[in-house]
Amino acid sequence: MMDRRHFLLGSSALSVVLASRSALAEQRRRVLILVELKGGNDGLNTVIPYADPLYHRFRPGIGVPRDATMQLDERVGLNRNLEPLMKAWKAGDFAIVQGVGYPSPNRSHFRSIEIWDTASASDQVLSEGWVSRAFEGVQLPRGAGVDGIVADTNALPMTGPGLRTIVMQDAANFLRQAAAMKAEKDPRDDTNPALRHLLEVRHEVNAAAAGLHDKLHDGPVPAYAFAADNGFGHQLDLATRIVMAHVPVVAIKVALIGFDTHANQVPTQDRLLGFLASGLATLRENLIAAGLWNDVLVMTYSEFGRRVRQNASGGTDHGTAAAHFVMGGKVRGGLHGAYPSLADLQDGDLKYAVDFRNLYSTLAQGCWGLRRDFGQRQARPLDLIA
Amino acid sequence: MMVRLGRRGFVGGAVALSAALWMPRPGRAASAMGFDVARHLLSRTAFGATPAEVEALASMDFPAAIERLLATGHPKTATPAPGWVDETLSALRELRRKARAAAGKTQDGKPVNEAARLVRAHGQELRSWWIGEMLATNQPLVEKMTLFWHNHFTSSIQKVRYVPALYRQNVLFRREALGNFATLLKAVARDPAMLIYLDGVRNMARQPNENFARELLELFTLGEGHYSEADIKSAARAFTGWSIDRDSGQFVDRMQLHDDGEKTFLGQSGHFTGDDILAILLRHPRTAETIVEKLWREFVSFTPGPAEVKHLAAVFRGNNYEMKPLLRALFLSPAFRDPANRGALIKSPVELIVGTVHVFGLPVPDPTPLVRMTAGLGQALFAPPNVKGWPGGESWITTSTLLLRQQFLRRLIEATTVSSLDGNMAMARRGRRADRIQQMPEATMESYPVEGRSLRGASGEAQLGPTLTGVDKGTLLRALLPRKPIDAAAVEAGSPGAVVAAALLDPAYQLK
Repeated sequence: MMDRRHFLLGSSALSVVLASRSALAEQRRRVLILVELKGGNDGLNTVIPYADPLYHRFRPGIGVPRDATMQLDERVGLNRNLEPLMKAWKAGDFAIVQGVGYPSPNRSHFRSIEIWDTASASDQVLSEGWVSRAFEGVQLPRGAGVDGIVADTNALPMTGPGLRTIVMQDAANFLRQAAAMKAEKDPRDDTNPALRHLLEVRHEVNAAAAGLHDKLHDGPVPAYAFAADNGFGHQLDLATRIVMAHVPVVAIKVALIGFDTHANQVPTQDRLLGFLASGLATLRENLIAAGLWNDVLVMTYSEFGRRVRQNASGGTDHGTAAAHFVMGGKVRGGLHGAYPSLADLQDGDLKYAVDFRNLYSTLAQGCWGLRRDFGQRQARPLDLIA
Repeated sequence: MMVRLGRRGFVGGAVALSAALWMPRPGRAASAMGFDVARHLLSRTAFGATPAEVEALASMDFPAAIERLLATGHPKTATPAPGWVDETLSALRELRRKARAAAGKTQDGKPVNEAARLVRAHGQELRSWWIGEMLATNQPLVEKMTLFWHNHFTSSIQKVRYVPALYRQNVLFRREALGNFATLLKAVARDPAMLIYLDGVRNMARQPNENFARELLELFTLGEGHYSEADIKSAARAFTGWSIDRDSGQFVDRMQLHDDGEKTFLGQSGHFTGDDILAILLRHPRTAETIVEKLWREFVSFTPGPAEVKHLAAVFRGNNYEMKPLLRALFLSPAFRDPANRGALIKSPVELIVGTVHVFGLPVPDPTPLVRMTAGLGQALFAPPNVKGWPGGESWITTSTLLLRQQFLRRLIEATTVSSLDGNMAMARRGRRADRIQQMPEATMESYPVEGRSLRGASGEAQLGPTLTGVDKGTLLRALLPRKPIDAAAVEAGSPGAVVAAALLDPAYQLK
């Protein structure tokens, strides 16, 4: 209790100081760590409205029993597989944003993740990622050679002309191989898009390797080992090393796959939530130990939540809004947004409470000091970051 | 003298080899298509081509070559299937039960997951078998189209887990590779692997599962924007009851689980069954267009033109969805032969790996290392990333995969068999402990033991291997690259071995 109060006092005092400074650009930049939950994580069984009788009525087979949730307040509780995150919850640097979604939601995996990755409206197709768009018109220091690192395979959030993003699963290997692929020149071919793409990628590799080489070669090693039984831990390990080596990237992306749970959902989701929680908890411990937890913001996202009613297969079909997590040393922990009402559904789906673009606006400001509305007439930033 | 002999021997062998493929009749052709057109045709319809194969085709008339290409399509495979492909679901269940009962513990005290181990082992065998078939086949177009359907009507081993069903699905794709799309679509909707993959087995009247219906409309036929959420719900209801038998693992129509109520689908109403939905979809013009657009990106260029798509879709529908008339029209279209489209596509990992091994004529005692490499480059057979399959095109090349592709090629330049390729490519270690990765020595090909060959250091031509020995440098370059090299200076210098090595590492080699 004391800790929490102390934390709140401290952080609000700090935010006053920051706000009074006019030159926000001078604020130390934070690294955004994006965590994609691929397949559409079921938010209702992640952050659980345990006290709502409708929840248990809609999900007689897969609903989490009241006494199996970790109660956060008198209405909602966390799935118990997320137990490793309770330390952060108690410390007050773990925020849960409830009911994140967008108007006219699309239930296609591919189209919907594209909407999230580009921060487009539902009926708008954009080819640039939202992180890249946030840096439109911003001059980044060119010397580093790389602005974003993707440790999984989907680089769309950081894809765009303004950002130099590389996809790599292993840093040492990347550097070794890049050294063997030096381009003698940088010819451009305007008539063949396939060739142009190849040459551009080769150019990116060379520039990024030059920037990464010195920093990562003898970089510090995380204090705590990540779980080895899934690729997610490996990706987070890479992200941690990049942050610890002070590689000046604006964002790092990782992903946890397997959330497409149409059938027999509970064991699959339990396992994945366990991976998520232990991974994020280890990331936090490592960055606290390195004195860098204030310098990052972590955000989870997924293409959609799931239907409120379970289906006949013990799973859930594609739905709409879900809760998402934001963590970091400067995050105001606790519940944010509003839990969508189970009594007020639209075609069996939750109505969102927080437009994801408001979350992005909040992070653009909190990470990079950039005011961005992502096409919303009036962005409404959330009170997430101290 | 040595060179001339080598060349003669090479050509003789190659003619025998390609006779089954093309049966070329030099001299009879109305007008020879020439080396570069022949190379282009083979780069798109086969897994790479040796200089001899290109030369053998070059003297043929282009339309005649297309006829021969399409005439050869039959579903027989050149290699025997793995032994377990006829296992029933109940037999496998029993096998797993027994294995579980007898299972010990691993070193850290956890029970051995026998079921998972069996799926992994069978999956590995299945992938090796298919890669082996791609290398052995004398009908590469059939394998390419089988792969095309695998990427269109996706199923993943990670979800299906009943591996014999995936083999049978592969047999289905091969059967209809150059067959009939309508037949294929109807068979896919009843295919056990598909029913498991998209939860059709759990689709029943009381609570329909929408997964298959959604992907059927979004990915398999119409494409987004041509249907509503209500259409998906109706389609899901129509397919209720289509399931698989718990014991045999074969398709079964459970009438008592079918929702016989009236449905409205794409503006029509009736007591639709799954077949009615498929019939409506086959009457919809978008279905043919979706397939044509995808084939265009597979065989011609990244950007299908709307007029060309409409024309080919009309050919497709006009021929009751027969594949051969469509492919004939596609290959004979001016765009296919347009020199601007040579080298306009990026090789998929399977094309890069199978094609390069074929062109080099490397012995393949065991395809396992090749399977691992396709996975590392982003194309794990029988495990596409999601139901949309591999997006392909530019997405094959990222900063990460470009480096791995170059690493594979550098290693191949040094190799004498593919077993020597099986090093520690980065992707094989995903998920292992980070600290172990950190401790790993410099295990790249640069330090990997070389089995007696290095093209770059080759003093004579003996090092080139059976398919390339004796070919002059100019022909080697024209056979290996779809366009002039990008790093020309590196390619021009040195022995034929050095030229081949440089050509393989040139960015243009990634193109087809």
